[in-house]
Amino acid sequence: MTVLMPESLDEACAMLAEGIAKNGEAPTPIAGATDLFVEWPLHADAHSRSYLDMSGATELRAASIEDDAVHLGALTTYWDVVVNHPLVAEFPLLLEAARQVGSVQIQTRGTWAGNIANASPAADGVPVLMAYDATVVVQSEARGRRAIPLDQFYLGYKKTQLAPDELIVDISLPRGLRSVEIFEKVGTRRAQAIAKVGLAITHSEAGWRVVAASMAPVVTRCAHVEHMLEEQKIVKTPQDFLNAIEADVSPIDDVRSNARYRKTVMSRLLYHDLKARCAWIE
Amino acid sequence: MRRLEGLAKLTGAERFIDDEPFEGLWGMTVRSPFPRGRVRELRFSDSIDWSEFTVVTHEDIPGANAVYLMELDQPVLAGEYVRHVHEAVALVAHPSRAMAREAIAGIEIIVDPDEPVYDYRVTPDQSQVQYGEDNILKRLLIDKGDVEAALAQADHIVEGVYETGAQEHVYLENQGMIARVEDGVVVVRGSMQCPYYVVNALKHALGRAEHEVRVIQAPTGGGFGGKEDYPSIIALHTALLTLKAGGAPVKMIYDRSEDMAATTKRHPSRVRHRTGLDAEGRLVAQHIEVVMDGGAYVTLSPVVLSRGIIHAAGPYACDNVRIEGRAVLTNAVPFGAFRGFGAPQTHFANERHMDVVAKQIGMDPVELRRVNLIREGQTTATGQVITGGADRVGLMDRALELAQFNEKRREHDSFNVANQYLRRGVGLATFHHGAGFTGSGEVYLASRLLVEGLEDGRVEVLTASTEMGQGMLTIFTDIASQALGLEPGDIVLRDPDTSRAPNSGPTVASRTAMVVGRLVEKACEAMRARLGVDKHTRGEELKRAIVEWRRQHPDERLVGESQYEQPPNVNWDDETYQGDAYATFSWGAYVAEVEVDLRTFNTRVLDFVAVQEVGRVLNETLARGQVQGGVVQGIGWALLEEMRTRDGAMINNQLTNYIIPTSDDVPSIRVEFQEEPYEFGGGGAKGLGELPMDGPAPAIANAVAAALNVDPKVIPLTSERLMELMETVATS
Ligand SMILES: Cc1cc2nc3c(=O)[nH]c(=O)nc-3n(C[C@H](O)[C@H](O)[C@H](O)COP(=O)(O)OP(=O)(O)OC[C@H]3O[C@@H](n4cnc5c(N)ncnc54)[C@H](O)[C@@H]3O)c2cc1C
Repeated sequence: MTVLMPESLDEACAMLAEGIAKNGEAPTPIAGATDLFVEWPLHADAHSRSYLDMSGATELRAASIEDDAVHLGALTTYWDVVVNHPLVAEFPLLLEAARQVGSVQIQTRGTWAGNIANASPAADGVPVLMAYDATVVVQSEARGRRAIPLDQFYLGYKKTQLAPDELIVDISLPRGLRSVEIFEKVGTRRAQAIAKVGLAITHSEAGWRVVAASMAPVVTRCAHVEHMLEEQKIVKTPQDFLNAIEADVSPIDDVRSNARYRKTVMSRLLYHDLKARCAWIE
Repeated sequence: MRRLEGLAKLTGAERFIDDEPFEGLWGMTVRSPFPRGRVRELRFSDSIDWSEFTVVTHEDIPGANAVYLMELDQPVLAGEYVRHVHEAVALVAHPSRAMAREAIAGIEIIVDPDEPVYDYRVTPDQSQVQYGEDNILKRLLIDKGDVEAALAQADHIVEGVYETGAQEHVYLENQGMIARVEDGVVVVRGSMQCPYYVVNALKHALGRAEHEVRVIQAPTGGGFGGKEDYPSIIALHTALLTLKAGGAPVKMIYDRSEDMAATTKRHPSRVRHRTGLDAEGRLVAQHIEVVMDGGAYVTLSPVVLSRGIIHAAGPYACDNVRIEGRAVLTNAVPFGAFRGFGAPQTHFANERHMDVVAKQIGMDPVELRRVNLIREGQTTATGQVITGGADRVGLMDRALELAQFNEKRREHDSFNVANQYLRRGVGLATFHHGAGFTGSGEVYLASRLLVEGLEDGRVEVLTASTEMGQGMLTIFTDIASQALGLEPGDIVLRDPDTSRAPNSGPTVASRTAMVVGRLVEKACEAMRARLGVDKHTRGEELKRAIVEWRRQHPDERLVGESQYEQPPNVNWDDETYQGDAYATFSWGAYVAEVEVDLRTFNTRVLDFVAVQEVGRVLNETLARGQVQGGVVQGIGWALLEEMRTRDGAMINNQLTNYIIPTSDDVPSIRVEFQEEPYEFGGGGAKGLGELPMDGPAPAIANAVAAALNVDPKVIPLTSERLMELMETVATS
């Protein structure tokens, strides 16, 4: 095992490029390592890889609030957000999601960018970021920076737009007023759980955002549900959401739950959570 | 008294077997990927230099290829035939753990498959029969009065079928063992509950005499029954490897996924009730059929079934009871001992059924229990006359009072109307648990214990009883120090070592404080007798007497010995299953309050009250801990813990996917004891360890039933299962 320890972002990007040029493979970036090391004991190939420890790229640590957007540097942890009161006052779902991630130990190590890059369909950080219209900024030595809207970041199960020589450097969230903000994590138990159903909902001038986790190969926006809400289509029972849900997501039966439960629960969460806020949901 | 080893565990100073400095070979197990079939061949990969490895197969077993337990059907290593996935077929050892791990993947097991059987509830096809004529490992019957005649006259007859799932122990410390040969003796040290079970297993399969094997219990991080029988297998495996490797130390530590996949679980069960009642709600007939999944070998299933059926009629008086029990072979990884040992399964069915009965006959479930709870002088299903112990009705009333049961019911009525999707309910369970081995078990065990006066006046207690987190060290130290008037620091208890400590029986069945604790007291008396002093010689005076005696008898040991004697008037007939099934029972009444979220079908336990009588409470803190831990384990079994299987083997064998409760899933648990010293128990104690596993699941399920007006009959009542139940109710 080799661990590379760059001292700046640029050096980190250079090391990625160099790894590809020399070995045909980029070193694996390490942020909080809370995802990377879970599988460590089980996967022998993880032991022989080379790694890139990003902790020296201190410029990625800060979270900042600018005029039109807030920025979470790629090394921003859940805990950094939890204790950032102005930030969570404006983006309360960040706090809700952060406090639902693992335990405090995980919250103090795990990063938002790691959650995005890891591309788990059950991620808790990604849905709220997506519901806040997050943009992911990535950087490589060869091509510099580019911005990718988070809702276009995922290509398929565990597949993203991130190129091997790229690092996520920043997550930006546009500022603005929102009239609805909801986060739901239905886990297998109350804490330390992987989501069976995750849901983040916002409403602002930009419209409705309904983001589902653990409902499809990737965390995904639910266009049909959003459309129903935009149209203010009359909803009388939770089942009225099921057609739209079927069109938007494709949950599976797995070791944690089953597809029917996931769809039913999503419909019931939508119904009950929105009922108090939307006159057209009866 | 403070828990003796508490600080060492808290600070991490305690050394479990995996913490021992170790130089030697790492052992790994080659396991069957097939559920059933004839083993044709073991194919060793050419890409591995096998001369570097110690390899053991069934051909290397010097004695009988059988794990010594109730029957000798389970091989130490499968030879010609495999009966379950993960069954051990061969062993490999190497100085490098990683190499050993790689090597096991280099051994391919070639099997001609036969038709496996997985569902213990259905009659097997002829091609699936592997035990007797019908795969039934054990059949038991309790018959009291005339059930059919009583049913014919009953005002009400209520039926119900209840099922419980497997449960994994999740002891924090995985199974582990180190074996070596020292001066011709096979020495095994590791995590276990029952050192002499391991001795017997080693003697039998290694063809050795008792003095040629030595078993030492290392500090053990939890057992819950999971380290009752299984450690014998790892001990045998490490012992076979060390013998093959010329006596070099061999260590085996299961990682969590291997431990969960390959070791025992609680027996799944199905219980059918057919109950007759008179117009006042008095039980006139209980017909109960209990079926348990035994898995692929007999192991302990007959005795788990036995305890299960003996508790199946609950803590109620009824003149006509017929209980039929069956343990059935399947090609699942064998099920084994788990806290409660069959009783939680049958108590779940019975206590859930009581609420179903109450609803059907239009009676308050509390009143139904009040009418039927067993009174002084009445008899259990086996005809055991109940005398002494706490008043069962009083215990129940105290639990209801602490839980504010009736107030809560009223509050919930309005809460449930007002709330959009949250529903609340309270549920009650009343139950009992027999302490010590069933029937004549304790007589057969004939447990022994020694107390020895040391040269410096301190006193050592020599016992094979084990500490596994439950508090044995503290309790025995306390009992001995009180018996002798010595400071706790003057009592010595070392890791149980079968070369020094006599067979005090296994550390199971809630028997340690009650049965073996009593032996501590008696051995202290015997030592005093040997010293020639009476019970007034205590403390410093006693110490001086010990020192003096040792000085005068330099070549002798000053020991007091005790052996189990059955309390008077305890009679049990193994043939008819009638008589005193246990010397005594502990009693409990638990109340759970739950909230169900109808958006997610998640059930949350909001409040829990646990009132019980367990004789005298020897150590309040430890006793509370036992109850609270049992309740948490019960919450897990009732709501969360589901073993998912493929080919009879667990596939969610990781803590990520096998969901046990965290502190956030646990409500405040209010524990109260009503003390009634038990004359024949150590310090007046009865059994405590298992009782708290019996009540939580039915109390919780009854609370869910009250909240939703549905009748859950299967646990774990996961959100998915509750959703289905609600849907069936909605459509019917
Ligand atoms: C006990 C436990 C509980 C958990 N509970 C939850 C939970 O409740 N909800 C949840 O969503 N997750 C949970 N996780 C998963 C994990 O903590 C989160 O996904 C976390 O956000 C990962 O961040 P990290 O910084 O630790 O990522 P790492 O493990 O360091 O990296 C994860 C992946 O992202 C890549 N990566 C990291 N940063 C970058 C970057 N800047 N650019 C490019 N690639 C990058 C890495 O190479 C790796 O492939 C849990 C993990 C554990 C161990």
